[in-house]
Amino acid sequence: MTIPATDNTSETAPSKSEAGITLEILRYIPGTHSEPTFQRFEIPYVEDWSMLDALGYIKDELDSSLSYRWSCRMAVCGSCGMMFDGVPKLACETFLRDYYPRPIRVEPLENFGIERDLVIDQEPFLEKLESVKPYIIDAMANAPSGKPGAPAGHERETIQAGENRQTPKELALFDQYSMCINCLLCYSACPQFGLNPAFLGPAAISLAHRYNQDNRDQGNADRAPALNEEDGVWSCTFVGYCSEVCPKSVDPASAIQQEKVRGATDWALSWLLPKGAR
Amino acid sequence: MSEAFETVHADVIVIGAGGAGLRSAIAAAQANPAAKVALISKVYPMRSHTVCAEGGAAGVVQAHDSLENHFNDTVSGGDWLCDQDVVDYFTHHATEEMVQLEHWGCPWSRKEDGSAAVRRFGGMKIERTWYAADKTGFHILHTLFQTSLQYPNIHRFDEFFCTDLIVDDGRCQGVIAIEIKTGDIKVFLGKAIVLATGGAGRVFRFNTNGAIVTGDGMSMAYRAGAVLRDMEFVQYHPTGLPGSGVLITEGCRGEGGILLNRHGYRYLQDYGLGPETPIGKPENKYMELGPRDKLSQAFWHEQRKGNTVPTPLGDAVMLDLTHLGEAKLLQRLPMICSLARHYVGIDPAKEPIPVRPAVHYTMGGIRTDIHTQTEIAGLYAAGECSSIGLHGANRLGSNSLAELLVFGKVAGEQAADHASRQPPCNNDTLLSFAKDKVAELTALREQKGTEKASRLRHEMAAAMEKAFGIYRLGDEMQTGLDTINELRARYKQVNVEDQSRVFNTEFLTTLELGSCLELAQVMATSALQRKESRGAHQRLDDYKTRDDEKYLRHTLMRYSPDGKPILDYEAVNITRSQPKERAYGAAGEQQNKQEGGS
Repeated sequence: MTIPATDNTSETAPSKSEAGITLEILRYIPGTHSEPTFQRFEIPYVEDWSMLDALGYIKDELDSSLSYRWSCRMAVCGSCGMMFDGVPKLACETFLRDYYPRPIRVEPLENFGIERDLVIDQEPFLEKLESVKPYIIDAMANAPSGKPGAPAGHERETIQAGENRQTPKELALFDQYSMCINCLLCYSACPQFGLNPAFLGPAAISLAHRYNQDNRDQGNADRAPALNEEDGVWSCTFVGYCSEVCPKSVDPASAIQQEKVRGATDWALSWLLPKGAR
Repeated sequence: MSEAFETVHADVIVIGAGGAGLRSAIAAAQANPAAKVALISKVYPMRSHTVCAEGGAAGVVQAHDSLENHFNDTVSGGDWLCDQDVVDYFTHHATEEMVQLEHWGCPWSRKEDGSAAVRRFGGMKIERTWYAADKTGFHILHTLFQTSLQYPNIHRFDEFFCTDLIVDDGRCQGVIAIEIKTGDIKVFLGKAIVLATGGAGRVFRFNTNGAIVTGDGMSMAYRAGAVLRDMEFVQYHPTGLPGSGVLITEGCRGEGGILLNRHGYRYLQDYGLGPETPIGKPENKYMELGPRDKLSQAFWHEQRKGNTVPTPLGDAVMLDLTHLGEAKLLQRLPMICSLARHYVGIDPAKEPIPVRPAVHYTMGGIRTDIHTQTEIAGLYAAGECSSIGLHGANRLGSNSLAELLVFGKVAGEQAADHASRQPPCNNDTLLSFAKDKVAELTALREQKGTEKASRLRHEMAAAMEKAFGIYRLGDEMQTGLDTINELRARYKQVNVEDQSRVFNTEFLTTLELGSCLELAQVMATSALQRKESRGAHQRLDDYKTRDDEKYLRHTLMRYSPDGKPILDYEAVNITRSQPKERAYGAAGEQQNKQEGGS
């Protein structure tokens, strides 16, 4: 059997396959299938192949109807999250050799609606992300010559005044949380999100925390309502699996704990300080 | 029969939500808060290929640097095929865009005093590359995307795949798109359209590009009557991982990484880039900090001489970072460490990384004027899909992230302004035009053909790599072009097996293949006709040298319904830098001295 190299695999892929491996992939095409079912694919075993290479082989050679998201092949675009033997991972960074010779079970990310095959519905996450206002708030007030509450036309002047100072130490306070690639593995790992789809969840909270920790930002109060409501940080029961599966070591669990502390402190201060001083 | 479709109205339509598209959408939204900006992308914005850029973005910031230096580096780096008025505009506006991004929260790497740090980059005389560790594109993209969320007049259409521009009465007034989730067709009508759809590196087999980099926008514009310019200039990045082509940033060399052949010899000194600089003391424009075209060409020669290292994934040279030490590697190049570990099983702190050139960037694209305006009224283009005249025959590393910011903004502002001066669209004419296009689309989807798209794609990518690689030969190029033309004929018989509608990626990749084949033909024809060697277009036949008399010109390509592109040329805008020998290393220094330059 000849193995044509896929676009993103080696030209030196072996021309003869000695060994094979089995992938059991959850298939679901709305309008065609009444419910999701597993389909088995026997493919050649190539040591260098990532799961993405394997799926590419299936799509090009065995079944062109298999659908999944992918793009960068280098674990930064966040497209190819799926479950391998029940564990959420990026397909581009998961390798056949770590499973061989056992069959591998491939499913769409857990806790999300399935659009088709391995494609999940990401819209709920986009809404959560938007709700935490993941952008610098009131940056102009912090810019060298800026004035609080300045109108939008003021931007020009602040740009010419140059960049804000931010020491490596200040950067380190949020840098790690800015590494989130929105791959959603953490949502698949989160038992709370599984029980309560309204939970804001690990990635959205991490990104809120990223801006809250940024010395250029003054938006803590604007983000507090989303973070402190019932489905915000307090829903987290600190299982910590989100941090375990995160491919970028963002550690959402620590972000959530820190935001809990911030929320509790703000609440306590609200009793101690007169309104307006908070 | 044409299927029914929904119509969406907007003032400005931005196609593509990578760096250029997002910058454009924000600029348009700011310029006119009353305007409805539709931002359409075939993927969620954070999946766009900008995310893969690693090394940094250029903007002059140091006191001993100057805009003139950035201008000269860019123009000579581009082998004098740059439009110099455009380069001037670019250098004058790059730094303010870096500052703007900083104000929007981009986590630029910093110096101890809190000011933004800059690093060395290939072909740049003074350090001016702003960076966020080795994830600059990722951070720029996410900063822009997250910032865009606060503009209520930006309406996102994520995972909508655009297929055809709607042009009527000489004006571009809309686009046809497939909603991927449902397979339904939507027609977007607007007064100004910005194309920000990225490059076309996937035309080639071995590349650093994501799956989505298939030139859809270039092809759409071309078919609608816009001009494609300088498409023969395709950049090979000198350092991709063997096998996958995954990018290993030029920032590695900026930080002091060195390239070795199988004998442990720093071979670049044999290719006009020497003398050898001491390890740990990189010098700008010497050795590993030469421009990408020269470094990729040096690899080719080393391979011919048998000096490359055979690896299970193909021939490579070694990128040695071990002398930088683990601490610095983890601080400045953390992603490189992780990529090397995952994809070639190497710890760069202990062992050199095998690398080889891989297709990276399309210098050419949709021709625009300095205001990002294309040939078609109401149609603008920015970023890699465009050819505004900045990069010439070879782009310098860290100029493309800066470009998409500078000209993304221009495109957004121009489009908003244009839209505010247009009368409402004539719906009836546009919709009847759209109906015809939708009928073609439906016919392709339902076609019962004999050819398999994946097969055609592999053959195309292999043919392009063989005939239009780092070095090119006339007869090989002709064979390559013949192959592409055969594949185009076979594409007419393509069979889409998957007849379902929801998230039908087979149909979408078939459409992408159509775009790729269109562009492959344009690249091949442009290359064959350019009978000289310049920048990334190097020939080994009778045209080994640069020929300014005949070819100090941009190649233009226009679409013709008979399937043969129409070739033309236009002058390069030279304002003050007359073409001379491109010199790096000691030769460059010598040239500078003779001219009394600094």
